[in-house]
Amino acid sequence: MMPDAVVWAVILVLGVGTYLIRFSFLGILGARPLPFWALRLLRYVPVAVMPAIAAPMVVWPEATGGLVEPSRLLAAAAVIAVGVVTRSVLGAIFAGIVTVYTLGAVL
Amino acid sequence: MTPPSLRHRYVQGALAGLPFTIVVGPFALIFGVLATEAGLDLAQTMGMSLLVIAGAAQFAAVQLLDEAAPVWVILATALAINMRMAMYSASMAPHLGRAPLWQRMAAAYFLFDQAYGVSIRRFDDAQEWSVAEKMAFFFGCVLPICPLWYAGTYVGAVAGAAIPPEYALDFAVPITFLALIAPYLRTLPHIAAALVSVTLSLALVSLPPGTGIIVAGVAGMLAGALVEAWCDDA
Repeated sequence: MMPDAVVWAVILVLGVGTYLIRFSFLGILGARPLPFWALRLLRYVPVAVMPAIAAPMVVWPEATGGLVEPSRLLAAAAVIAVGVVTRSVLGAIFAGIVTVYTLGAVL
Repeated sequence: MTPPSLRHRYVQGALAGLPFTIVVGPFALIFGVLATEAGLDLAQTMGMSLLVIAGAAQFAAVQLLDEAAPVWVILATALAINMRMAMYSASMAPHLGRAPLWQRMAAAYFLFDQAYGVSIRRFDDAQEWSVAEKMAFFFGCVLPICPLWYAGTYVGAVAGAAIPPEYALDFAVPITFLALIAPYLRTLPHIAAALVSVTLSLALVSLPPGTGIIVAGVAGMLAGALVEAWCDDA
């Protein structure tokens, strides 16, 4: 873990940075729209960034010392399948939790 | 006929935001637990939920802090995750952009996924609403969700140590992230973005912590935008 001062610095910069992102267009540019290409790139931010963070945590989890665990791979697959079909974030989370607990107990 | 009062719009907003408490409560709880497990003290954990109020970015920041990633990587990753909120801000501007500055400053603080999602869907169908009515509705949405985010974080941080490790709580982060993006995976550009991102992230896992995420994220965004352009031309 990092020294306290570094953690606080991260929290503060993240807080200010996030606020400025949220304030940006609403606050400064008013009703002027974003350029087309920027909107096109920004549209894919969640779907590009979040799986990049999740993938290594699914394949090589820290809790197993980095060893591949089938129950977690299957649980991730269940999350995606239920999320795609139902479009429900809550349903997908629920599917993942149920899968990892049941398979974790069985495997 | 007098227009419905602002109080009425505020209550409407609160009712529209209410269902999201089901997700936000447990999400906040898990954040409190994981932040504490990663070594953040109570003040730091609460400070993050109060100052940042953006679940996904907070999870990523805590994960990378725990891995002792370089600070610029932590900030770049978490802020990249929050860049989508520039889009929220841009699409809210036509609705709320004429409100007084202090109201826009307050609204910007609360412009998180659920409040944005609920509000923008309503605003698009409510062209006759005044700016004040829209602002009242937006703050109504915030009402049931935001206090729960703070309270859940607090309970998770305080009670977290009592949760045994076999509950596989570490898995909450990837599950939540995948669940948030899975509903998008119905169009070719989104699928392409996710596939490129996952492939690169796994391939680059031996790079310094977090750097693979930036490369994979940027490549995923480009892949999505390029496939979208290609689909539009086809």
